[in-house]
Formats: sequence, structure tokens, C-alpha cells
Amino acid sequence: MTATGRPAERGEAGGGQWELLRGMLLIRRFEERCVELYSAAKIRGFLHLYIGEEAVAAGTLRALTAEDAVVSTYREHGHALARGVPAEAIMAEMYGRATGCSGGRGGSMHLFDAARRFYGGHAIVGGGLPVAVGLALADRMRGLDRVTACVFGDGAMAEGAFHECVNLAALWRLPVLFVCENNRYAMGTALAREHAQTDLALRASSYGVASWAVDGMDVLAVEAAARRAAEAVRWGGGPHFLEMRTYRYRAHSMYDPDLYRGKAEIEEWKKRDPIDGLVARMRAGGRITDADLESLEKEIAAEIDAAIRSAEDAPLEPVEDLTRFVYAEKAGEAGKPGKPGKAGKAVRS
Amino acid sequence: MSEPARTAAKRARRTRAGTSGTSGSPGNPGNPAGKAADGRSGKAPGTITYREAMREAIAEAIERDERVFLMGEDVGRYGGCFAVSLGLLERFGPERIRDTPLSEAAFVGAGIGAALAGMRPIVEIMTVNFSLLALDQIVNNAATLRHMSGGQFGVPLVIRMTTGAGRQLAAQHSHSLEGWYAHVPGLRILAPATVEDARGMLWTALEDPDPVLLFEHGSLYNASGEPPAAAGPVDIDRAAVRRPGRDVTLITYGGTLPGTLAAAGRLAEDGIEAEVVDLRTLRPLDDETIMASVRRTHRVVIVDEAWRSGGLAAEVSARVTEQAFYDLDAPVERVCGAEVPTPYAAHLERAALPGPDDIAAGARRAVRNDA
Ligand SMILES: Cc1ncc(C[n+]2csc(CCOP(=O)(O)OP(=O)(O)O)c2C)c(N)n1
Repeated sequence: MTATGRPAERGEAGGGQWELLRGMLLIRRFEERCVELYSAAKIRGFLHLYIGEEAVAAGTLRALTAEDAVVSTYREHGHALARGVPAEAIMAEMYGRATGCSGGRGGSMHLFDAARRFYGGHAIVGGGLPVAVGLALADRMRGLDRVTACVFGDGAMAEGAFHECVNLAALWRLPVLFVCENNRYAMGTALAREHAQTDLALRASSYGVASWAVDGMDVLAVEAAARRAAEAVRWGGGPHFLEMRTYRYRAHSMYDPDLYRGKAEIEEWKKRDPIDGLVARMRAGGRITDADLESLEKEIAAEIDAAIRSAEDAPLEPVEDLTRFVYAEKAGEAGKPGKPGKAGKAVRS
Repeated sequence: MSEPARTAAKRARRTRAGTSGTSGSPGNPGNPAGKAADGRSGKAPGTITYREAMREAIAEAIERDERVFLMGEDVGRYGGCFAVSLGLLERFGPERIRDTPLSEAAFVGAGIGAALAGMRPIVEIMTVNFSLLALDQIVNNAATLRHMSGGQFGVPLVIRMTTGAGRQLAAQHSHSLEGWYAHVPGLRILAPATVEDARGMLWTALEDPDPVLLFEHGSLYNASGEPPAAAGPVDIDRAAVRRPGRDVTLITYGGTLPGTLAAAGRLAEDGIEAEVVDLRTLRPLDDETIMASVRRTHRVVIVDEAWRSGGLAAEVSARVTEQAFYDLDAPVERVCGAEVPTPYAAHLERAALPGPDDIAAGARRAVRNDA
């Protein structure tokens, strides 16, 4: 294969590798800027960074269609970006601006985007799981071939909600793709100190759910596994569970001094960096040059700069609007009642 | 890592490392890593912080009674999400300082079981929002077992948790739900608002034969004060008059006490002498102290960060009307949090919370409103 044309085209020829790389780089560079902005007190609250885990978001969400749904946690910048929520809308949210994807009310932990079927942004550990089961139930009852992907951490698997949800989804054969991001820590608690059985895929499988462990530092492996599982879910195979073995380089949040793990451990994982790994593979396959990479970095930096600029300039929600969105503003905002028993295309709200 | 990021992380580490005896831990969202460089946060010599007082109280309880142990998420290795228990694992070991998985229902329920069997557990729940995952255990078990068993089984359990807003953590980390728990017979609800109460209430709570819930407002951890001369037990049956006055009674508790005292200071500049009553115990309420103050001032403002509708302020107001109606010279005022899930954006969050201006305005309304 000769390297001609736009890198994106070349990337598609390489099985979407270029897009995966772009997706991961966007997440990483976006969050690196978030750290700076946080230190400059431009963004506040809790900020949970995803750096090191980018392959999971980039790979998994590429396996979904626009009709599918995504439910996420408080560490969701990566999921939101990979789902196509514009960097501008996310940045404005972190700035608490009216133009933010949650109107400035949610902040980093509560990103939402109805148009992209991105259902949060949940800051109660395990809180998104039942919601995902319900979304899948609705699809099932309406006869829609859609998948609901629910992302959560290893810590969430100790909560009752996990067991209740996996059981229910398996019992009713609901189209849920459970994606556990096993980054080996729940805040400062290591996997082996929170779980009696640390083989998480094995545990999920005890509910009769098809389960696999995946190398979460290898974006191609993630994408392949997610694609296989999502298709099985879509065609009626019932819920599937993927344990993504990954790692977060940064502390749990900006408040966490990270005293519970050794530096050497972090350095060891960095050797398997998902971005470096993919770049190396693409280089070896002749799919990327230094110049390509440089221009990609430039393009991404420009995108993030623009997002920051627009967040800086964006208006604040007027204080008079403080109590908006507690209840629906227009009668019938919940949509017209559907025809019972009729399967068909979903009505977009 | 970018340069500012690196410095922030370094600062965070430095501050945290020096936290065991000082305040300003980045574990406390009231004092973010980026700003935590001054680990002393303006603490005067000879004073201790609310966080330290609470830590000393836990350590003392563990030393004093071999049945006492602390359990909760990240209380050990991590040092507690608000750094309250920092250093205690090293001091007392993993039997007495127990890290639990993310399983609120399980470890709170286990606390109930251990208490039934004669232990004296202190269970820490990171925030009141997460306590809702254990609501079933608290309300259906802890609060009811003595009654349902005809007095055979008591649950001498202490549950500590953080409450309140003010740190831009948005709706799922910011609510004040202690009033809900104050609704439930069988529970005793405490809200230490001062360093002295943070130091003293825990031991009294542990001596109580019934479940006691202790609510620590997140914005108080860095507050500092004189270490109490006698670190002994405090009276948890009584509200406290924190500032005497003759013109209006401001009733509050927990995280809104500092703002209420600030408002009283401003009112004094205008010649209005406000009396400030700190409820301290939300259940059972100390009617006597409340009514005595109302009979002195004849005007009442109740300040509560929680929502107004159906909240604790409504209960206090109803009691004042029931017991001191003819002593009132003006309608009871309530200054509460806006009826909205707490928003993230700073200006919206500020607008949703009762601040000194709102409190002073409420007091002025009450004083001007001559019946
Ligand atoms: C019910 C509940 N309990 C506790 C917390 C505090 N908390 C937030 S994140 C977290 C760790 C969760 O770890 P994990 O599920 O592994 O996800 P990760 O942060 O590693 O992505 C904890 C304890 C919470 N948000 N919700």
C-alpha cells in the first residue's frame, strides 16, 4: 500500500486505525489541558481524569451506531468525546457556562447529550447501571435493534446495583453491553482489597452473561471485542460483559495525592501506553509518518484551543434561571404516548 | 504532564504529606489541590481544625474502648476522602481501621450487626448522597430493631457522614439530607458545627445505646478553633446559644452556623442584636432552648441549607407556632436552599445556598414586620 491521499483515507484502509488514534489523542490532549485549567481555577469541582484509559472509550464507542445508547460514570470525558459530544460543549460545561452540554449545571461529572443518546455522567458509583437496563428494556419492548453500552469501574462491581442489574438483564435477555473499566483501583482501594474474586469476567459470567476479559491498553483488541459483543447483543444474544483491563496514570481526582500506589507501578503501565502502542503499529505498517502525527497533533490542539476560547467567551446562565429544569417547562415535554405493542423507529425527543 | 499540572500535583503531595497534624488537606474539596500550598490555611497557633478534632475523637474512642472500630470506603490506606482518618491505619492497624469495598448497604448493615453483637462500630459514609444506598439498612433496620423486638435488641452504632454544598460538586455530591433522617424515630441526629462539638460529640454518641448519625458539613473541615479544654463528652441533648441577642432569634445548625454568625455581626452594625441558636441535635429537638430564646426576642428566622418544603425548618417553625405562638411579634421566616438540585456552576450554586446576605435580609424582614 502506498501512502497517498489524506491520512484519514489511509487510516480507513488500515481498519480505522487513524480514527482510533485521533480519538485517543483528542481525549488525552483535552484532559491535559483540563489539568492546566483546573490549576488555574478556570474549572472546579471534582475532576476525574481518564488519561491512560483512552483505548477503552475510543475502541468501544467505535463499535456502536448513532442509534445505540451510552451510559457513563463521573470519569466520562473520554466517553463523551468518543461519542462525538463536541469538545466545545464539554469544555463550556466544565466552565459552568450556559452553552455547556448540561447548561452548566452538571460540570465534569454530569455530561449529557440527548441528541447523541449519551445518558450521563453519573456520580453515584453504580448509579448508571439500572438506567442502562431500563434503556435496553425500552428498546426491547419496542422491537428496536439497539444496544445500550454501560460503562462503569471495577469498584462499581462491589455494589449491590451491579448484581441486581446483571441478573435482571440476563433474566430478561436485555440488549445491554456491560463495559467494566478495570483500572485496578477504586479511589485508593486496590482491586484485591475490594473484591474476593478478582477475575471480574468470571464473576459476571456466573449470571449466565457472556463475558470476556480484554487487554484495555490495546485499542485494536478493545474495538474488536466490543464489535463482536455489540453485534451479539444487537442480534438478540442477551447482555454481554467486557472486562477492560486498563490503568489510570493520574490520581483518582485532582484532590487525591495518590499515596496508595508506587511510582514504579505507574511507570510499568505507561510502557504499554495505548497511544504509543498504536502509533508504533501504524508506523510499522507504513500508515503514519512523523509529519502526519505532527499535523494531527496540530489539528487537535487547534480544536481544543477553539473549545477553550469559546468557553471563555460563553455567557453564564442568568441567576434568574436558577430553578429552570427542575420540572418540564412545556406541557407534553415527555413526548406523546406511544402506540402500545407497536414496534418501529424510536421517536427522537 | 504540563508544567502547571506538575506543580499542582507536587503541591498536593506536599500538603497531604504534611497533613497528619495540620489542616488544608487536598482530601478536602473545600481546599483544592491547586490552592492547598498553605497547609495551615490561616490556622492560628494553638488552635486545631474541625478535621483534626474529629480525628482525635476517633483515635481517643479507639484507645478508650476495645469494642470501637472505624469502617468505611477508603478510611484506611487512602486516609479518608476528607482526610479525617489520615494516619489512623498506621496507628491502629487494619482490624480497627477497616477499608470496605464500595458496598454501602453491606458495610452499614454489617455495622448494625456488629453493634447488635456488642461491638461499638463507627461507620463512615463518604457523603450523605451515598448514604441513600444504605437507607434501607438505616431506616428499616437500625431505627426499628429495638422497637420491633420489644426492646430485646439495641443498635449502639455511630454513622458519620459529610453533608452539604459549596464546593461545586453538583447535585449528586452536594445535598443536605440530614432533615430526612431527623424524620425517623429511633435515630438520633447530631450536627457538630464547632471544633468543640467535633471533638466531643463522637464519644457521647458512642455511649448512646441507640443509632446515632453524625453529619459533618464539608465546608467545616478546615475551620479552626481552640482545642476544647476538656475533651470530654458534650451534652448532646441541648441546643446552644452561640451568640446572645434581644431582637431576633436566628436558629441554625452545622454548616450554616458560620454564615449565620456573620449575618448576626452585620445586623449588629445596624443596631439589630440577633441571638444565634445552634440546634446541634436535629432529633430529638431541644424545644426548651428554642422557646426560651423566642420568648426573649419574639422574632424567629430559621436558616437551613436544605430545601424548604417539608424540611427541618418547617418542623422547627411548626413547633415555634405550636409552643410560642403568642410570644411572636412577626411571622416565622425561613431562609433555606433554593428548591433545585444543587447546580455545578459557581454563580448558580452560590445563588442556591443561603448566605449571610440572605440571612440578614430575613432577619430584617422579621424585625420590621411588627405584628
Ligand atoms: C455510591 C458511591 N459511593 C462512593 C462514592 C465515592 N467514589 C467516587 S469514585 C469512587 C471509586 C470508584 O472506583 P471505580 O468504580 O473502580 O471507578 P474508577 O474511578 O476507577 O474509574 C468512589 C469510592 C460514590 N461516588 N458513590
